[in-house]
Amino acid sequence: MEKPGGASLRLHGVTVRYRGRAAVDGVDLDVAAGEFIVLLGPSGSGKSTLLRTINRLVLPDAGTIEIDGRDAAAEPPEALRRGIGYAIQAVGLFPHLSVARNIAVVPELLGWGQARIAARVEALLALVRLDPARYRDRYPRELSGGEQQRVGVARALAAEPRLLLMDEPFGAVDAIVRADLQEETLRIHRMLGTTILFVTHDVDEALRLADRIVVLKDGCIEQVGSPLNVLANPATDYVAALLDSKDAVRRLQLLNARDALRSATARPEMAKGDDWPRVTPQATLREVLSVLLGGASRTMVANDDEVLGSLSFDDVRAALARTEG
Amino acid sequence: MGDLALHVRDHLVLSGCALALALLAGVPLGALLARLGAGREVLLGAVNAARVVPSLAVLAVMLPLVGIGFAPALVALVLLAIPPIAINTDLGLRGVPAPIVDAARGLGMSPAQIRSRVEWPLALPVVFAGVRTATVEVIASATLAAFIGGGGLGEYIINGFASGDVAQQLEGAVLVAVLALGADALLGLLERRFQRADGSQPDWGRQPG
Repeated sequence: MEKPGGASLRLHGVTVRYRGRAAVDGVDLDVAAGEFIVLLGPSGSGKSTLLRTINRLVLPDAGTIEIDGRDAAAEPPEALRRGIGYAIQAVGLFPHLSVARNIAVVPELLGWGQARIAARVEALLALVRLDPARYRDRYPRELSGGEQQRVGVARALAAEPRLLLMDEPFGAVDAIVRADLQEETLRIHRMLGTTILFVTHDVDEALRLADRIVVLKDGCIEQVGSPLNVLANPATDYVAALLDSKDAVRRLQLLNARDALRSATARPEMAKGDDWPRVTPQATLREVLSVLLGGASRTMVANDDEVLGSLSFDDVRAALARTEG
Repeated sequence: MGDLALHVRDHLVLSGCALALALLAGVPLGALLARLGAGREVLLGAVNAARVVPSLAVLAVMLPLVGIGFAPALVALVLLAIPPIAINTDLGLRGVPAPIVDAARGLGMSPAQIRSRVEWPLALPVVFAGVRTATVEVIASATLAAFIGGGGLGEYIINGFASGDVAQQLEGAVLVAVLALGADALLGLLERRFQRADGSQPDWGRQPG
């Protein structure tokens, strides 16, 4: 599938008022092309409202939004929205249309020819790993929650948008399916390079997906940063409480064995115990810790053919300490 | 029996005309109800109130205004058929889940496209159920037309009543029942057909009207 790339996005002073109260209050945010941004906050923090200003489902009372340097307000809203992917919870699928027709909605609005649409539907179903022959003619009610979400993502990507907005898209599926869908979303993001803005209140989801997390409170940005940065150096008490920053295990999940090898005691020559359990350099420190808790004094970090070093409890602790301050 | 064919024809023509007019009035009225904000309850109350006015009373009111025959019977039947159609149209349109409309907007449909491609197709089964209810009510009630010279199968009942001929009365009553139930069954088949054709099985199901 062709790589359409991502759009850059610039929000400046975006404000939305509901009955005098600011739901979104003077938000400034620059998003680079191809970034995966997660808007994180509890309900009422304005994250969903902020997202909806970008495709003008909500009209801001003040501020400007530029997509690829062009003012979003300059275009008719329908035309703007057809160029931006939009995915919400599975209930947003049209129950009276087949999977193929659901995915074809935006291409049809754009007046694509039938052959081009049919080919696009096939490609998208393959992209979200649903067998086109099996799923094309089914109706949403005949699909599981996870399958519906995949169709929702395919529909959002139908017209090759360079910007994709996802509003708590995996809120209605169970934890196992959600993890699966998160993995698929990351894979698609890597593959297409689409800029993604993703709204969630699930901290683990945010940590897992984001290049940068935008933490929102009462319509204002509290902190913007990489998952590890936000987790290790919360800017405010609110961010610390929301992310439960003291939870070291959470942070361990964002670090991998390769990071920890930088610690002084983890030199390759230390990796001599053949009875030490092995992990890959990509293993998270949470996995390493789990192995160590299993009874080994050290764990060996190794690729298929090369031993990179070994890690002890102290190394894990040192790696964690380095993320602070 | 040319007499029978004539009465059946009159009965069906009267019912058909009443339903057609009730559709023309009831569907837009229902659409209006669905879009109304504050005034909705008032208008809905008025529509519901219209349902409890006996058709015989409507005939009595219509007589001095439009005389006897086909016209007053038609007016009475149209008034009878509008509420179930209007109320189900309202129900059907308001039953479209908000996230679906949100998705339609977010994907870039214009308000007119949202109505024609999303809201109406999803409301259709419920609207159709209202039409089905109205059809049965109209065919059964068209019997009354005979009281004011509107013709139809009610003639048997009136004539039978006047001459004390119970068999004739029964004949009329059974024929009306057969017509009404037949129409209901036919529409029921059609309802299932088009639900299967577009694949949707609206979870709000058939509303009693």
